[in-house]
Amino acid sequence: MNAPVTRRNAVLGIAVAATSLAAPSILRAQSAGRVVVVGGGFGGAACARALKRADAKLQVTLIEPNKTYISCPFSNEVIAGLREIEAQQFAYDKLAAGGISIVTQAATNIDTQTRRVTTGDGTTFGYDRLVLSPGIDFHFEALPGYDDAASETMPHGWKAGAQTLLLRRQLEAMADGGTIAIAIPANPSRCPPAPYERASLIAHYLKSRKPRSKVLILDAKDAFSQQRLFEKAWKELYGDMIERVALSQGGRVTSVDPTMRTIVTEFGNYTPDVANVIPPQRAGRIAAIAGAADATGWCPIDPVTFESKLVPNVHVVGDACLGGGIPKSASAASAQGRACAGAIVNLFAGRAPETPRLTGVCYNVVAPGYGFSLAGNYEPRGDIFAEVEGGATSPVDAPRELRAREADEAERWFETITADTFG
Amino acid sequence: MAALINVPSKAKRGEIIEIRTLTSHIMETGFRHTADGKLVPRDIITSFICRYNGAEVFRADLFPAIAANPYLSFFTVAKESGKFEFEWIGDNGYSSTASASITVE
Repeated sequence: MNAPVTRRNAVLGIAVAATSLAAPSILRAQSAGRVVVVGGGFGGAACARALKRADAKLQVTLIEPNKTYISCPFSNEVIAGLREIEAQQFAYDKLAAGGISIVTQAATNIDTQTRRVTTGDGTTFGYDRLVLSPGIDFHFEALPGYDDAASETMPHGWKAGAQTLLLRRQLEAMADGGTIAIAIPANPSRCPPAPYERASLIAHYLKSRKPRSKVLILDAKDAFSQQRLFEKAWKELYGDMIERVALSQGGRVTSVDPTMRTIVTEFGNYTPDVANVIPPQRAGRIAAIAGAADATGWCPIDPVTFESKLVPNVHVVGDACLGGGIPKSASAASAQGRACAGAIVNLFAGRAPETPRLTGVCYNVVAPGYGFSLAGNYEPRGDIFAEVEGGATSPVDAPRELRAREADEAERWFETITADTFG
Repeated sequence: MAALINVPSKAKRGEIIEIRTLTSHIMETGFRHTADGKLVPRDIITSFICRYNGAEVFRADLFPAIAANPYLSFFTVAKESGKFEFEWIGDNGYSSTASASITVE
């Protein structure tokens, strides 16, 4: 578009596009600020809600292609048949009732010069501040042979929904004595301990239904989060059912062949009965379109305000940002979304942003009634977040009552975060 | 754990082939100190040699900056059927060998 865009016609653009918005609210919003949030997961939804709660006059638009959100946390239980997918689904109607304008479209373009977001139906939305919370996309170039088509035979199950159910069906169809392989990428990746929780819950399913079967982990890492807790639980619960080939044992997957269901590592080939291939990842595609992602594929930010280091008036929260020590988890994304909302409110008001202190909690449930956790506190240090004192990991030697209590706490954590975000 | 070797089992004469090796080793730099201030002695692999039917085709010297479990990948030309032999030599008399055969058609 060549016509110069002024603040005035950008606002008109919104009025035309989003006809459901009443005119008076637009007039009020002109003085309070317009924020567009792209991505309605734990980061984006928490941010949109916190913005509106901090200042009801803010005009907050949440752009998200899916009508319902399907939560990744607890989706490993769906794969193992312990939970139905419906328990993972959350609608946006409460956010809409709170005054957030919900746009059920994919953001397809972002022009950071004119400060406009374009959606799949061609509508444009002007903003004063943009929050990107696009989660992850898969970095298919980093895993030759793997793409969307391959994921239909070798599911990743790393975005909850159809893929979760496909993996569950494949597991259910597998004969006793079969092998399911889980290919795990190097960090940074979404929810680093989750592949190991998945291996645990799949072993739980197999133990009762198909006890001669095996779980084979092909890992691009040598060490992983809460490793001693996982390995102790595997020994206690599943004997030698779970076998792990670490990086230094040749576990890094270098390519796949979906026609033969073959997984290729640097030192050998595997053809399991079920192949759960979790590919390498990067920030959701829209982040790169906006120019907010760097050569790593992720988005560098100022950790105090979550402002992009690459493009002005754009903030990035959740899995997509380069957070340093803070893990790419729902809990961290939610904390970031809320802190980012606080920073934006302060920026609009001309106040200095406060230094956020974030808390991230991560529960792993490795069998019904057997859970453990890691809680961390994180503060800005330079360009990233660094872990600071006050965090805690469950003890490796603990009575089963503690594991049972932590499994209960995990359920309550999920109820709380989903109620805070969507309820 | 024994070393991991990846040599193609078959190749055409004259074909350029990739060889990959990975061996488990701590690669202790000799620059670190324990909590009570004592130097942790250096313990690294210092050299790696690959021989193809007895003739050396690749050699590498390794230094403290190289990470644990050194992974080496290199290329050679498949000339004749036979055997690749690999040898790792390091501090404190460390020595490890492995081999793999190839059929050249």
